[in-house]
Amino acid sequence: MAGISRRGLLGGGAAVAAAGVAAGGYALGQAAAGEQDVAEDGGLVYAFRGEHQAGITTPAQDRLHFAAFDVITDDRQALVDLLVQWTAAAERMTKGLDAGPVGAVDGPYNVPPDDTGEALGLPPGGLTITFGFGPSLFSKNGVDRFGIADRQPAALADLPHFPADVLDAEKSRGDLCIQACAQDPQVAVHAIRNLARIGFGTVSVRWSQLGFGRTSSTSTSQDTPRNLFGFKDGTANVKAEETAALEDYVWVQETDDGGDWLAGGSYLVARRINMTIEVWDRQPLDDQESFIGRTKGTGAPLSGGTEFSEPDFDMPGSNDQPIIPVDSHVAVVHPDHHGGMRMLRRGYNFVDGSNDLGGLDAGLFFIAFVRDPDTQFLPIQQAMAKNDALMEYLRFTSSALFAVPPGAGEGEYVGQALFT
Amino acid sequence: MRRHAMTPARKMARKMARKSARNLALVSALALTVPVLAACTEAVPSAESDDDGRTVTVTSDADSCEVSTDDVPAGTVTFNVTNTGDEVTEFYLLASDGLTIKGEIENIGPQATRQLVLNAAAGDYLTACKPGMVGEGIRSDFTVEESDEEVEVSADEQQLIDDAVSNYAAYVKDQSDQLLVATKKFVTLYEAGEDDEARALYPLARTHWERIETVAESFGDLDPEMDLREADLTAGEEWTGWHRIEKDLWPERAKNYTALTTKERTYYAEDLLANTETLDKRVQKLTYTVDQIANGSRGLLEEVATGKVTGEEEYWSRTDLYDFQANVDGARVGFEGVAPILETKDPELAASLRTRFQQMDDLLAQYRTGDDFVSYDDLTQAQVKELSDAVNALSEPLSQLTAAVLS
Repeated sequence: MAGISRRGLLGGGAAVAAAGVAAGGYALGQAAAGEQDVAEDGGLVYAFRGEHQAGITTPAQDRLHFAAFDVITDDRQALVDLLVQWTAAAERMTKGLDAGPVGAVDGPYNVPPDDTGEALGLPPGGLTITFGFGPSLFSKNGVDRFGIADRQPAALADLPHFPADVLDAEKSRGDLCIQACAQDPQVAVHAIRNLARIGFGTVSVRWSQLGFGRTSSTSTSQDTPRNLFGFKDGTANVKAEETAALEDYVWVQETDDGGDWLAGGSYLVARRINMTIEVWDRQPLDDQESFIGRTKGTGAPLSGGTEFSEPDFDMPGSNDQPIIPVDSHVAVVHPDHHGGMRMLRRGYNFVDGSNDLGGLDAGLFFIAFVRDPDTQFLPIQQAMAKNDALMEYLRFTSSALFAVPPGAGEGEYVGQALFT
Repeated sequence: MRRHAMTPARKMARKMARKSARNLALVSALALTVPVLAACTEAVPSAESDDDGRTVTVTSDADSCEVSTDDVPAGTVTFNVTNTGDEVTEFYLLASDGLTIKGEIENIGPQATRQLVLNAAAGDYLTACKPGMVGEGIRSDFTVEESDEEVEVSADEQQLIDDAVSNYAAYVKDQSDQLLVATKKFVTLYEAGEDDEARALYPLARTHWERIETVAESFGDLDPEMDLREADLTAGEEWTGWHRIEKDLWPERAKNYTALTTKERTYYAEDLLANTETLDKRVQKLTYTVDQIANGSRGLLEEVATGKVTGEEEYWSRTDLYDFQANVDGARVGFEGVAPILETKDPELAASLRTRFQQMDDLLAQYRTGDDFVSYDDLTQAQVKELSDAVNALSEPLSQLTAAVLS
């Protein structure tokens, strides 16, 4: 029984292929090592350390467990210690190792194991663990608990109330967040569970969300998946291969506000969007396509072509209206109508069982990474709330904004520049 | 009250029952042994990886106990014991008197390998495998030679252990005595129909139970008769004890409740008192080991996490915070008892536990006036969460206590 470790079960899976293996070079933005382990189980390993945190341009994995935390101490050193411990545990788990150095079953019998064990026998699963800092980490009720209030970028502020927001305050915001993505849901849950455990006494889980299927593609090597409306969405996403666009729209630059510690990082917008599934399903196909502005089958804009054809918002249709309705989702949020502003969307479908009325408690857990939420998210959300025909079928139940620090280099902990 | 089998308290009860069946000389010896090291990490090493001569491989089957060497240098010695037989076996390192247990591994199942790590001083010993867990076992002589790395349990540490054990026994006896006194008073009030007074005393009397709950629970016959909740009854089971009376005193949450008659009141009151007397008698004879005290401390916090912070324990009276505080009190006494030992082994853990106990007490104090606490119903969800966070914060380091004390 002794000697079981996650990698030990992979049968030589620890072999690391050369960085160049990555199709299309999407290791870009990760450590130069860009560790890609194509194990026989198909599981990938993404390097935890690098210029940027993994889990942003990394090709979107299929599963998500996202957690927001409140820091329950005012002790700056305790917070830093936790970030050090989280960094070490995250690096281990992304390699497919146990959360702690002893492991789930190899330790002494009179101590709880330092790994919870449910990932034993599972591959690394392309696990990425991405950390973020919320506005309330810098200042909570006017109190600068950790001596970092003067380093809070102006853009890192609570999102305003938008029309159709019916937010559950307890399930919104947070001092810290962790996004765990993997090909296997148990690997993602294992990561959050163990990190939460490490954090007891310093942080408390505020809320968490499971996502069972990706709704975005973040690499040209991936198909665009469907959301629970049955449509392909986010076709105009910034992709990992668009090096220049990433600098323009995703990575915070040194000259930006907060760039002294946040350069190479990004902002993460999280919005839990409930869909009134049953009502949507009663809409005629024609109406559904008009609401989205794309065909349900191929995802091509109603102006024709294929999924990746540029929509022609001027193409006239019947009754002197454009073929793509002006209140369709694609028309309202398209970069063309927002000064070219784009975002890197990385959302997930969720179903949290059924509600009291028997309807699915389901929708899209929207995640977007942007360089500046003030110009790349707020105006688009406002336009959507005001004009988007889709809003009839959406309710926003959770909302949060986090600053995602750059990747941790060797010997560093995540977010180190903020505390030095 | 425990709802599930094989919680730490149950294990403790089982262990105590088993121990008591053994030679009493062995039981008292146990107080200072079983030092399983917290530092062993990866896979159980094979004999080949033994580079300091202190790793011993033992193979136990139905009629043999093969020990790879009968001679090791003093220091940290590791026994890797593999059971190749069909029955459960045990392994012992005994002092030369053949009675005093220096270290043991219980419950080594067929095909299992378990590890015993201990600090062995120079001297003559016996090894013993006990296939089938019966008899005196298959014994062989075993010698530990003088070496530079010798580590002994110092006289000082032995004193700390003795103090911890006797102080804890005194604490449990004292709480049990106080429980008996308060219970007598409580049942008298209840039988006399002085319900307001009985209601006021109920949570205070129970405080003495909750402080030693893990010990009280170790008596598997008394616990269900004294502390069972209605929700935990199996069909057809008679409901007696504290919570039966609790419901009769606070029937507000019950549907179509019929108050107990005077005769029924007397029946339940006398039953509770008789069981409390039995408990008090049994407690007088109990002895403890440091690992039992440390595990008891952890067990009490588990009680808080599963029953008190959730408001399930005192469903009718809503007096959960009294129990909460009492569990924490008992856990803190257990911790403080072994803390002098812990200070010599892991001062950082000791400091962290002390801080977390203090934070827990400070938080509870917000809901307390004198001896009395606010009703669980008066807590907001955010306050319950804050209490739960503090329980988690304390329980994580507390789960390391036993191993650290024994290291």
